[in-house]
Parts: sequence; C-alpha cells; structure tokens
Amino acid sequence: MNMVDKNVSYRSGNVDMTHGGGGRAMADLIRDLFHRHLRNPILDQGNDAALIEVPEGRLVMSTDGHVISPLFFPGGDIGSLAVHGTLNDVAMTGARPLYLTAGFILEEGFPLADLERIVMSMAQAANDAGVPVITGDTKVVEKGKGDGVFITTTGLGVVPDGVRVSADRAKPGQAILLSGTIGDHGVAILSKRENLEFETEILSDSAALHGLVAEMVAAVPDIAVLRDPTRGGLAATLNEIARAANVGMMLDEAAIPLKPDVSAACELLGLDPLYVANEGKLVCLCEEADADKLLAVMKAHPHGGNAAIIGHVTDDAANLIQMKTGFGGTRVVDWLAGEQLPRIC
Amino acid sequence: MKYVDEFRARDLAEKLAVQIAAEAKPDRTYHLMEFCGGHTHAIFRYGVQDLMPENVKFVHGPGCPVCVLPVRRLDDAVELAEKHGVILCSYGDMMRVPGTKQRSLIKAKADGADIRMIYSTQDALKIARENPDRQVVFFAIGFETTTPPTAVAIKQAEAEGLENFSVFCNHVLTPSAIGHILDSPEVRDLGTVKIDGFLGPSHVSSVIGSEPYEFFAEEFAKPVVIAGFEPLDVMQSVLMLIRQVNEGRAEVENEYTRVVTREGNLKAQALVSEVFELRQSFEWRGLGEVPYSALRIRDAYAAFDAEKRFTVTEKQSREVKSCECPAILRGVKKPTDCKLFGTVCTPDNPMGSCMVSSEGACAAYWTYGRFREPAKQKAEAIA
Repeated sequence: MNMVDKNVSYRSGNVDMTHGGGGRAMADLIRDLFHRHLRNPILDQGNDAALIEVPEGRLVMSTDGHVISPLFFPGGDIGSLAVHGTLNDVAMTGARPLYLTAGFILEEGFPLADLERIVMSMAQAANDAGVPVITGDTKVVEKGKGDGVFITTTGLGVVPDGVRVSADRAKPGQAILLSGTIGDHGVAILSKRENLEFETEILSDSAALHGLVAEMVAAVPDIAVLRDPTRGGLAATLNEIARAANVGMMLDEAAIPLKPDVSAACELLGLDPLYVANEGKLVCLCEEADADKLLAVMKAHPHGGNAAIIGHVTDDAANLIQMKTGFGGTRVVDWLAGEQLPRIC
Repeated sequence: MKYVDEFRARDLAEKLAVQIAAEAKPDRTYHLMEFCGGHTHAIFRYGVQDLMPENVKFVHGPGCPVCVLPVRRLDDAVELAEKHGVILCSYGDMMRVPGTKQRSLIKAKADGADIRMIYSTQDALKIARENPDRQVVFFAIGFETTTPPTAVAIKQAEAEGLENFSVFCNHVLTPSAIGHILDSPEVRDLGTVKIDGFLGPSHVSSVIGSEPYEFFAEEFAKPVVIAGFEPLDVMQSVLMLIRQVNEGRAEVENEYTRVVTREGNLKAQALVSEVFELRQSFEWRGLGEVPYSALRIRDAYAAFDAEKRFTVTEKQSREVKSCECPAILRGVKKPTDCKLFGTVCTPDNPMGSCMVSSEGACAAYWTYGRFREPAKQKAEAIA
C-alpha cells in the first residue's frame, strides 16, 4: 500500500483533471476533503444517493447556484454563502430546513488549499445552522471554462402546520418589516472588486435566517409574506411582491436601517442602497395588528437587532412602490434597469 | 453621514419650503432651468418638487454628458471597438446608450468587441500598460468636470511612453451650451420655452468658476445661481433665484460657496488648456452644431488622439424616429410629451439617451416620478 495516497494533504497543489476523472485522485479528494470536513451520519453512508426518512408535513425544496466573485470577501466566502443562500430560500416559506446537498464545479488549476478553506467554511456554516450536507457531487472543468469554483446547493425543509407564507398574500394595510440594515453584502463585495478596491470595515451580512424565521412564525403564524432581498436589493424584492399580489407600497425612507459606512460607500460610487444586495436580511409582511409583536420578536433575535417597520402595503393597481423621502418629498422606488452603473459626474 | 446629512435635513427643507412659498408671488410663474443632470436627479430622488409651490416649475436642461453626445460619435466608438479591434474603455453611463439601430456599447461587447467599463482614467492607463500589444482607446465624454482627469491621463501616457494609449475626445463646454439655449428662437423670439433663471452647474463650476456665467446674466438678463447637488442646495438656490426675479436683478450668485469660487480651479484650467484646444464646432444631441462648444486634443499631443490614429468611416448615423430627446434636451418638451415614453422606451429598453443615464430627464421621470403624471393629467382634465 502506498502510504502517501492515504489522507492526502490539500495544503498545496492545484485541482487537475484527474480530480474529476473518476479514478483514485477523485475518490481521495472526496474522502479527504469533502467527507472529512462535511461529515455526518447520512453523508458517511457513502452511497451515490442519500437515504433519508420522509418527514411529516409539507416539504419545501429550493436550489441556488453560487458564482460569486471574489470567492473570499469580508464577512464570508462562497462556501458559507452557498449554505446561507439556500437555507434562506427554504426559510422564506416559513419552513424549517432539514438537509442540504452541494454540487461543486471546479476549474482546473484552482488551488486545493483554497478549496479546502471553502469546504471548511461551508462545513462551519452548515454546522452552525444545524443542517447537514447529505450528498454532493464534484466535477472538474478545463482551465478557462469556469471561474475557480461554482457551488450549487439544494435545501429541503418542512413547513409547520398553519403557516402559509406566499407573496400573493400581500394585502393593502399590512405592515412591511425589515430585519436590519441594507446594502452590507453588496458594498463588502464591491470593496474587493479588482478595479474598485476601497477601504471599508463593512462585512457582508451573509447569515442563515431560519432561526429568526422559526421564532417569527411561532409568534405570528399568520405571516403573509417573507422574502430575502438579495440581488436587486430591497427595491427589487418589494417590486416582486407588489406585482405578485397586485398591490402598491408606501415606504418611509427615514425608517430603513442603513449603516453610515454603507451609506458613504454608496454615495461615493453613485449607488442607491435600496438596490444593493443583502445576504442575511428578510422582509416580512404581516397584518398591522401583529406588527409590533413581530417587531419585538425580531429585535430580540441576533439577526434582527436592527429590525424596523419600514412602511405599509397600499391599494394600487399600478403596483408602484412609493417612498416618503427623508427630505420630506415623495419618490417612486422602481425596478432596477440593467445593472446599477456608477455615475461619472 | 457627516457633510452629507446636513444638506439633506428635513427640518431645514421644511423651513425653506415655507420661505419659498411666502416669497414666490402668486400672480406669476417661475420657470427655472436646472442645467445639470445632477440637479435633475436630486430633484426627483428627494422629491424636491413636492416642497415647491405650484408656480415654481423646473425646466430640465441638457447637462447630462451622456445625453448630449450625438449618435454619430457613439457609432464611431462602436466602430473603433469592432473594426479596429481596440480595447475601448468607457465610463459606465455610456454603456447602454443606443446608437444607430439600437446598437450600444453593451451590445457590441456581447457580440465580442473588447469594451471595458472603467471608473477612472487611471483604469484605462492600467489596461494599456497590461496590454502592450493592443491599442487601448479611452472614450472620453463629459463636461468640464471630467476633462482635467483626461488631460492628466494624456500627460501621464506621454511621460511613460505608453504608445498604445489614445483618447477619443468628446469633451464639451457648459457655457457654450447655455449660450446656445438662451440664443435659440424658442427662448428668444417664440417664447415657447420660458426660462426665468438658471440653477447653475455645481461640479463644472468648481473647475471653471462662476465668472463665465456673468456674460449670460448680463447679456440675456437672466439670473444665475450656482447650486450644489444636494437637495437643500437646490432649495436654497431656488429661493435665491426667486428673490432675484422679484427684485428685477439678473446676477450671478453663488450658493455653492463651500466648493465654487469666482475664478475656479486655476491649476485644472491650466492643465486643460495645455492639452486641449477649442473645436470650431461640435454637434450636440438636441442642440445641433454649436460653435466653439467642445475640445480637441492639441497637436502637441496628437500622438494620443484616437481621431488621428484611426480613420473611422463616414456613416449615416440615425436616432430612433419620434424619439423626443432632442426637444427634451432643449427644454421644449417634457419626457411625458414623447410618444415613446413609458411605452416602447423605458430604462430597460431605452430608445434615446435621456432614458439611460440616471441624470437624463426621461430616466428621472420614469424612475422617480411616474406616479405624478396620472394625477397631474387628471387634474388638468378636470380643469
């Protein structure tokens, strides 16, 4: 037996085509890197598919591809993001997430040490969330055909009885709650983009929100809508809800939590924080009468400390999101057209 | 945020609104042209119009650098990237502006042209350094604010001997455009565009100073107030303009004293005149040919002039038929007067330049102000 092949070190070297070739190198990588860090009884079965008991109730399932650049950013990396992103999509139905799966597409030449760092971060995030990664897949593509690492995760969860969260349940008069400051993730990412580096202390808000959601639905099972405002920011999410339910909204700009650093960075780059991505925030719509109770529950949770009631749903066939500006006027918060581009003067 | 929140304070805005309402005479209307897209943007983003009495009206001017660039120059830039195989570096605003047959830089990029979005001229220089075997062209657009950085880049390229770097220069001059508008038949003779005063440029004036506007104030008897881009700056400047109009004065006043002086930034001016000289004439979208309204690179720096390095073909450049951008840029029409506005032309699918830039009047109307129009039309229908 060749002792060197056992427990190969991944502190050095790069991904090569043999790591996806189906031979020993691939088996070693799976055993010594993926299984070693992500281990749990179901994954340890070591079969091609994970065998699980079917839980009672309504199942929800969500899948999400992660292609972020840069892979490592202040406050997280693609590994933790791939866990949080999918857990949050599952949680936004009011569900309790149970399992995750992960598919990796690796680019030839990607440093194994970076891959290990990503897998460890993923394991940590899954562990903290109490949701195991129970099966996975690895493929290697030739150099130039990927961007380091792409990770697709799928989440499976169960919705508690009596909970019926859906965008089309938005109704005029309902309160709009936001779990915390906006734009942190987008600004943290932008600060590390190659041609845009700037000094900031802002960390991505990347976090799993199902713990917060569990407490919210326990307190107010009749929550109408939950959404995590990721790409396109708060503005895109609210427009999606308004369109789905054929309603409008009126927001109060002064009530929307925003960190001074994020505000400053957006000012500098000509961005509107309403359109900047978040990875650890949620928007919730509930009956006006439940709003204060729900707000108190959110504020008591570590991921909702800065929660606020930011507006209410209106009856508007044009589905416009309007906002009372901090200045005292009113504006429309429209869909984002294209990507937010920096202004030049 | 310090030095920003102070200029967006609601309590001060309310006080100013009361003062403006008290001083604006009810028996007349005040038509104030904000020249700059930055002002247009601030007015809509903060809802400044809501704080104005009915008889104070903003007329949106042509001061959006992306909007006034004629289609032909954009077509030329696309040709540089597609036919001459250069790396074309452009500011982000320009990427989605439609050229002839809706061809934009972003579409040319998708079809394989090497077009890079940059944040500063320094990025373009860096790309030139990293690609010594490729020709790198910086697509320079903008008013006096963006001209000094272009001058710096050209001087830097010369000092470094960066032979693969050149500039496609489209820098234009604010005072000539204001003069042209004031001299237009719509303003002078026909009276179809009413302008009682100007909110003067803020960033542009930090470079050129407030002095160049003194001629307009005197010659055309129109008050000018140099105004900052923050919403309180706009409101304070409106009040100053109303006072001038009421008192029959037509002077250049400076509200933006924290940045603008009468003589401006002399160092930047010297740098610009070292590298650039006046063009006899330049086409503006909406305004047509405007004499002495733009800059070209001086012969001493001809080696960095993309117009000299590459020969672009004569072409039949054409804007979309029935796009009203030209009239909107002159203040003759409002975005909602355009048949295309909000129907075929939206920020997702812009037909004209004014719908692209966040400083364009159409984009500002659409993005921030859509809801006002039905209400207004209803009110007009009832009246």
